[in-house]
Amino acid sequence: MNVIPLSAYDLSLAALLVGALALVAVRMRLKLAAQLIVAAIRTTVQLLLIGLILKFLFARVNPAYLAFISLVMLTVAGWEIMRRQKRRFSGWWGFCMGSSSMFISSFVITVLALIVIIDNHPWYEPRYAIPLLGMMLGNTMNGIALGLDRLIATTWDQRDVVEARLMIGESWRQAIGDIRRESIRSGLIPIINAMTVAGLVSLPGMMTGQILGGSPPEEAVKYQILIMFLIAAGTGFGTFSAVSMGARRLFDRRQRLRLDRLKPAK
Amino acid sequence: MRGLNIAGLEVRHIGPFDLAIAPGECVVLTGPSGTGKSLLLRSVADLVPHRGQVCLNGRNCDQTPPPDWRKTVALLPSESRWWHDRVGEHFHGYDRGQLTRLGLDPSVMDWEVRRLSSGEKQRLALLRLLSNQPAALLLDEPTANLDRENTRKVESLLMDYKTARNAPLLWVSHDAEQSDRIADRRFLLHENRLTPI
Repeated sequence: MNVIPLSAYDLSLAALLVGALALVAVRMRLKLAAQLIVAAIRTTVQLLLIGLILKFLFARVNPAYLAFISLVMLTVAGWEIMRRQKRRFSGWWGFCMGSSSMFISSFVITVLALIVIIDNHPWYEPRYAIPLLGMMLGNTMNGIALGLDRLIATTWDQRDVVEARLMIGESWRQAIGDIRRESIRSGLIPIINAMTVAGLVSLPGMMTGQILGGSPPEEAVKYQILIMFLIAAGTGFGTFSAVSMGARRLFDRRQRLRLDRLKPAK
Repeated sequence: MRGLNIAGLEVRHIGPFDLAIAPGECVVLTGPSGTGKSLLLRSVADLVPHRGQVCLNGRNCDQTPPPDWRKTVALLPSESRWWHDRVGEHFHGYDRGQLTRLGLDPSVMDWEVRRLSSGEKQRLALLRLLSNQPAALLLDEPTANLDRENTRKVESLLMDYKTARNAPLLWVSHDAEQSDRIADRRFLLHENRLTPI
C-alpha cells in the first residue's frame, strides 16, 4: 500500500476553502461563520487526537485498551442518542435503552464479524476491531435515535388514541402496536436506502478510503458489502430492541399509558 | 359485595372518595368543570395511577388483569377516538339490535371514519363499548354531542342495558332534565367532596 502523504501545507490549502466559505457567510449575514469555524477546528483537533490514539493502540494489541476505548465510544453514542430526541425518558432510562440496544447489536455483531467472518488473529487486533466498531456504532446510533424519537413523538401526539384503545380492553401491546411498527420502520429506512443506491449514486466512504489507500477495488468492494450487511443487521436489531424497550417503558404494570415518565420537550 | 364499590379513591389532587353503586343502579355525577369528574372516571377504569380500592361484584381491580378490568368496567370518554380508516375495522362484532336502536344503519360499518358526524361517532363509540358486554359502565357526558332525539335513544338503550344486565352505571351529566329521567341517585362533585343532592 502506498499512500501519497498529505503535508500540513496541503491541508491548509483545503482550509482556505472553508475560510472563503466563512467570508461569504459573513457577507450574507448567515450568522453561521462562527459555528463553521468552530466546527472546522473541532474536526481538526478531534481527528488529530484520534489519529494519535489509534497509532498508540495499533502498536499495542491488548484487549484491555480495546475494551476501554469501546466503552468510551459506546457512552458517547448513548448520550448522542438522548441528545437527538425532542422528548425523552427521564432519569437513566433514556440513556440505558439506547446504550444497551447498541451494545447488544453493535458489539455482538462486530465480535461475530471479527471472529467468524474476517477470522483475524487475534480477533481483537485494534486495526480491524476499532474501525469496524466505529462504523457499526455510528450507523446503529442513527437508527436507534430515529426509532426512539419517532416512538415517543407519535405516542405523545396520539395519546388519546392509545388510551381509547386501552379503554376498549386492548392490551398495551395492541394499543401501541401500530406506532411501534412505524417507529422500527423509520429507523430502518436509511440503511435500506443506502444499500439501494450504493455504488450507483454514492461510493461509500469506507470503500473510497480503502481505494485511496491503495487496496485493489475488487477487495475494497467485498469489505464494503460485508459492512453494509453488518450495519443493516446491527441497525435492525438495535432499533427493534430500543423501540421495544421504549414501548414497554411507556406503560406501567397496570398497563396504563405513563407519559409522565417523559421529560418535558426542550 | 355486589355492585361497584369505590373506597378511599385518591388520584393526584382529588379524593379520597367513597361511593357504592348497587347492581342496576344509575348514579349521576355533576359539578363544575375542572373538579375532576373525568379524572375520577379514568381512575375507576384504572387508566391513571391512584390510591384506594375499586371492586366490582367483590372482584378487586388490582387483582384483575388490566384489559379484563377495562372490558368489564367500561369507560366511554366524552370524545371518541378512531384509529383505522373504516368504521367496521374497529369492531369484532356488535349487536344489530343496539345498532338499530341508536338510529344507525348497518351500512355504516363500510363507511370511512372521516365521513362521520360527531354525533354518529359518539353513538358508534357507545356501540363499540357495549360490544364487550361490560358489567358496569362509566359514562362521561355520553350525550353531549347529540340532538334531542338521539339523546333519548341513547338514554333508553342504556337504561335497558342497565336493567337487563343488572349493571351499575356512573354517569357524568350537566343536564338537570336528563338527570331527572335517568338518575336513581345524584351527587355533586364540588370542592373535592361528593355531596348527595
